[in-house]
Amino acid sequence: MLKFTNVTKLYHTGDTALKDINIHIRPKEFVSIVGQSGAGKTTLLKLVLGEESPTEGEVIFEEMNIHQLKRKHMNMYRRRVGTVFQDFRLLPDKTAYENVAFAMEAAGRADFEIESDVPHALDLVGLRHKAHSFPDQLSGGEKQRVAIARAIVNQPEMIIADEPTGNLDPVNTYEIIQLLKKINDLGTTIILTTHNVGVIDNLGRRVITIKDGKVALDSIEGKYIL
Amino acid sequence: MIITKLRRTIKSGAISFWRNSSVSLASVLIMTVTLTVISMILFFGVVMSSTLETIKSKVDINVYFVKGAEEEEMIALSESLKQMPEIASVEYVSREQAYATFRERHKDEEATLQALDEIGENPLPASLNIKAKDPSQYDAIVEVLKNKEITTNDNGIVEKINYTKNKQAIDAITRIINASNKLGFLIAIFFAAVSILITFNTVRLAIYIFREEISVMRLVGASETYIRGPFVTVGILYGIVSAIVTVLLMIPLTNSLGEWTDKLGTGMNLFAYYQDHLVIIIVSLLVAGSTLGAISSFLAIRRYLKV
Repeated sequence: MLKFTNVTKLYHTGDTALKDINIHIRPKEFVSIVGQSGAGKTTLLKLVLGEESPTEGEVIFEEMNIHQLKRKHMNMYRRRVGTVFQDFRLLPDKTAYENVAFAMEAAGRADFEIESDVPHALDLVGLRHKAHSFPDQLSGGEKQRVAIARAIVNQPEMIIADEPTGNLDPVNTYEIIQLLKKINDLGTTIILTTHNVGVIDNLGRRVITIKDGKVALDSIEGKYIL
Repeated sequence: MIITKLRRTIKSGAISFWRNSSVSLASVLIMTVTLTVISMILFFGVVMSSTLETIKSKVDINVYFVKGAEEEEMIALSESLKQMPEIASVEYVSREQAYATFRERHKDEEATLQALDEIGENPLPASLNIKAKDPSQYDAIVEVLKNKEITTNDNGIVEKINYTKNKQAIDAITRIINASNKLGFLIAIFFAAVSILITFNTVRLAIYIFREEISVMRLVGASETYIRGPFVTVGILYGIVSAIVTVLLMIPLTNSLGEWTDKLGTGMNLFAYYQDHLVIIIVSLLVAGSTLGAISSFLAIRRYLKV
């Protein structure tokens, strides 16, 4: 599904963010990427989202080289990938419902689809009763759940979750991870980056450890080892 | 689908305009100042042009007759001048009329009237007041008059043609007004450019606040057009609201200047002008405001769309 082939990323300052990365992620996998701050995890995800381009090598999603996509096709590709960020990145002047609906509107979906799917997505994350609340009226955990509803509403093939529990307490962390597991069980590939040892160890799924911009470890039922 | 997209764009823009009221208020205020400055500059131009026209319309040629001139001859000259295509009107003022007008004009000046009485007879000559259709034709008319037999002949009835003196004064005023118009135009361009730049920067600042959101929109796969649409709508709304505020603001402003422009001999009342041209002013301000807002938003958002 997603393949990194000999990917190297150098920044214009000359720093090496990633060096010769080779990773193959299969459909319906739940992959955690761990590593210390500055190891290159976020750069890896930025490459997947097309926010950054590799200096060398290629990133292939379903036979498409992501970094050779034209603007229009990049938009269409991004609609196939859901994203969840540590800082939630909700649109502050839109309600929870409107934030989720925005992703569907952006994908050009019809009104009747939006009216039926948005409440369903909010149901899935347990926030239907907060549909008309604005982000600043929601707790951190609730904001992240809205972000997850937004990420899944277009039924993406893959979800990128960049430290989604980084700003959350243990209870909310547990709930968010359970939610991601549920989404994975329904058939969506999940790529998760985290610092949380407990999360990784309890998941019992594939773990890729990045160290100094290189893949240090790639284990099928891994633990958090640095 | 296009209609759905348009409807969503307008709705989203309108909601954003309303929910981000403080940013909207700041932008509307700045844009109102811009539109008011531009309007006042244009009004200044109109007042100056009207003043120039008024002054030009006051130019005329006075032909003074010798005292002994026969009335038939003078009227005949008047009639023959009326036939000239360059001439708009010819008014014959008899000696008696001139005398009566003089007395009326100086009725409060006893010394002048006493002096007049002492002369014993009417010292004022009969005259013709000639107005041309176009001020540029006066020279030609004067030439024609000077060449006429009645002027050049020893027995001619014309004593004096009083034009050159008026002309010099009027030319001087025309030059001053033209120069101030040119200077006004340069100042106008400068102020308009500064105002537009300030508006552009305000809109850019308003959009800068949303830069994070724009990058999120990009990451959920929204197209450039889809992201840009609501921002351009908001820009247009800034323009429309500012235009309406400017139109309302102009009412007391032109009203207070109206009487002043009237008294100053500009040949117009600014308030009356404003009322007469209200529809075109409203349409122009709406078009100018919404175009300014739309272009500012369109350009300002460009740099944040690169994600």
